[in-house]
Amino acid sequence: MSAAPEMRRPIESGVPDPFPFMHPLLRKNYGQWAWHDRPRPGVLHHVAKGGDEVWTVRAGTQRQMDVFTIRKLCDIGDRFAEGHVRFTTRSNIEFMVSALDKVQPLIDALIAEGFPVGGTGNSVSMISHTQGWLHCDIPGTDASGVVKSLMDMMHAEFVKEEMPSRVRITTSCCQINCGGQGDISINVQYTKPPRINHDLVSKVCERPAVVARCPVAAIRPALVDGKPSLEVDESKCVCCGACYPPCPPMQINGADSTKIAVWVGGKHSNARSKPTFHKLVVANLPNNPPRWPEVEEVVRKILYAYKENGRPWERMGEWIDRIGWPRFFELTGFAFTKHHLDTWTGARKTMNMSAHLHF
Amino acid sequence: MSEDGKSAPAPGDAHPTPLLDELESGPWPSFVTGLKRLRDAGDKQYAPMMNDLLGQLEHSYEERLGFWKGGTVSVFGYGGGVIPRFSEVAAKYPASKEFHTLRVQPPAGYHYTTDLLRQLCDVWEKHGSGLIAFHGQSGDIMFQGCSTENVQKAFDELNSIGFDLGGAGPALRTSTSCVGHARCEMSCYDEVKAHRSVINAFLDEMHRPALPYKFKFKFSGCGNDCVNAIHRADFAVIGTWRDAMKVDQEAVRAFVRERGRKYTIDAVISMCPTRALSLNDDDTLDVDNRSCVRCMHCLNVMNKALSPGDDRGAAILVGGKRSLKVGDLMGIVIVPFMKLDTDEDYEKLVAFGRRLIDFFADNALEHERIGETIDRIGLPAFLEAIEIDPDPNMVNHPRTSSYVRTDDFTEEADKYFERKARAAAE
Repeated sequence: MSAAPEMRRPIESGVPDPFPFMHPLLRKNYGQWAWHDRPRPGVLHHVAKGGDEVWTVRAGTQRQMDVFTIRKLCDIGDRFAEGHVRFTTRSNIEFMVSALDKVQPLIDALIAEGFPVGGTGNSVSMISHTQGWLHCDIPGTDASGVVKSLMDMMHAEFVKEEMPSRVRITTSCCQINCGGQGDISINVQYTKPPRINHDLVSKVCERPAVVARCPVAAIRPALVDGKPSLEVDESKCVCCGACYPPCPPMQINGADSTKIAVWVGGKHSNARSKPTFHKLVVANLPNNPPRWPEVEEVVRKILYAYKENGRPWERMGEWIDRIGWPRFFELTGFAFTKHHLDTWTGARKTMNMSAHLHF
Repeated sequence: MSEDGKSAPAPGDAHPTPLLDELESGPWPSFVTGLKRLRDAGDKQYAPMMNDLLGQLEHSYEERLGFWKGGTVSVFGYGGGVIPRFSEVAAKYPASKEFHTLRVQPPAGYHYTTDLLRQLCDVWEKHGSGLIAFHGQSGDIMFQGCSTENVQKAFDELNSIGFDLGGAGPALRTSTSCVGHARCEMSCYDEVKAHRSVINAFLDEMHRPALPYKFKFKFSGCGNDCVNAIHRADFAVIGTWRDAMKVDQEAVRAFVRERGRKYTIDAVISMCPTRALSLNDDDTLDVDNRSCVRCMHCLNVMNKALSPGDDRGAAILVGGKRSLKVGDLMGIVIVPFMKLDTDEDYEKLVAFGRRLIDFFADNALEHERIGETIDRIGLPAFLEAIEIDPDPNMVNHPRTSSYVRTDDFTEEADKYFERKARAAAE
């Protein structure tokens, strides 16, 4: 028997130093920027205290990129920019150049290759999203497909800066909500308790850990048909899916029971108002691939009600704070139901305890 | 298909994908078209894998269900950083039966050269699927789609060109920092230095998962919080300043001339959350800096005229997370201001990070985020454990409930005045 091959020990180098890759003008003026403006949608113009100027052209990508797409972006970056790029939190790519006259040819090259130029200022930027059916082990829906469908619909708002303020949209494929908070959030909402395969539970799941995972204490150990398993008190279950990741035999997804809900008014920034969580608008939308038309229609209604009625700099949630929820539901045409009344910890603080009323 | 199963499917062999095909039209770049490019890539080793991957994805679109399950895959020397994926429908789609992801930490601030991106593509073309996501929600470059056998090879090559695995499981996770100092006039501290100093000090916690659950740091240079730290990070570092904001009154006048008084009043003055701004009759600006909360709105609108002060650093908010299990939490202010200027200041930030990780490791329950731990034990007990004094910046307002035992109130008040006297003497 031959000796086991010697394994290479990892070099525990951690976060790579970005300075070798940073555009030379960004490196030179690190911490020394004075101001910026936006000459047109998709372009940022930064001026350093010493007078250096740099132009950034921002383009949308599909995030999940094949090497051919990445190399195409590199070709554009070499030929029309200066070989230095960065990505934004929302998977847009940015090309930095040192001269204004390089901006238009770069924009033209990106558009010619199918990359929309925009996502700056008061635009709808790329949707922050997750993996979905492509790669996740617990997804209720796809991420890339939902995002592609919605970004096709909102492309016109990505390449312009005509919204009242910036619009940050997110999607999540389960209620863990990896996509995060957004002005509009499109998230899976389960509608049925888990379906349990009692043959597998004791083999696959660490039962006490699964019991502990339930936010409403609806799961308890049980003997089912002589087998140690788990059972769910369905009158308590809130169908959140928390038990499914640690115990795959507790299937939360169903082709017809996995639905989509749309939320509004989440905000990360501290500008003007404090950061906020998004709030429910519509639930029970069908999970309808490949283009999720029902979801698209809801998002379109919300987006354009905001566009028509929001004031400059008001984010979605701030707009609704001003006009009030009755007017929001009126303008968008959605129903207000008992399911909009929060019942979770802290719910009472979400109620109106005043005579401040909107008519 | 060729005998060794290594070449692209002949045209007739490609799985039909009528549902996915509908995602190839429209103006936004199509990930489906990208997947097909990989499927159709001549003699590339990944072509059969991507044909079956497309087949499985189409199957998901038909059935409206996912078909991946987890497992255990890692590289030599590390316990985390690889997300294992095994297909539940491998009998139908054998070439993509293993489709693991390598989470790889990007350069801080997501800066790349085209040369570097090409090197990453070359590695992934050789050992992986050819599919890379820039970036995942934690901030990793996600190299998606690798056989178990190739995980080590791909990692060895990535590692040898300066990249390291990120976090997964109950561990310190990959971090992100905003563009900050590199290209933003709002930046209040050196984000690259903070990001790299903190994360690189705790790589053992990232690579060998042993915490109760995940722990995330995120670094934003100002209150605009472009990396969404307050919502998403257990430990959010948000740039701010203590002295007066800088006002270039000539630039204020120019702004009013250009945009008009009404716009200036409606979009700047009236939108100040603490009524700290006033437009003078001569179109200069008065700022009540003691009322200003550094929200960033007026600086965002008038960025030529207004800028952060000189006494810069960061606020630290602890406990942000997404919904499971107790519901969404945002970070709570734990350190209202930490000066970030000298090397010693950054060492203090690292030391404070260590104190919180240690507290978390010792006190959190299994699968509990630190925000949930704080809720469970109460903020006073948490502050005592991490040796931080209470501060009015930690609350929206003091307690409204009288259900508290206050027989040591006077002693606590004395401590407060002693602290104030010490701070004044410094």
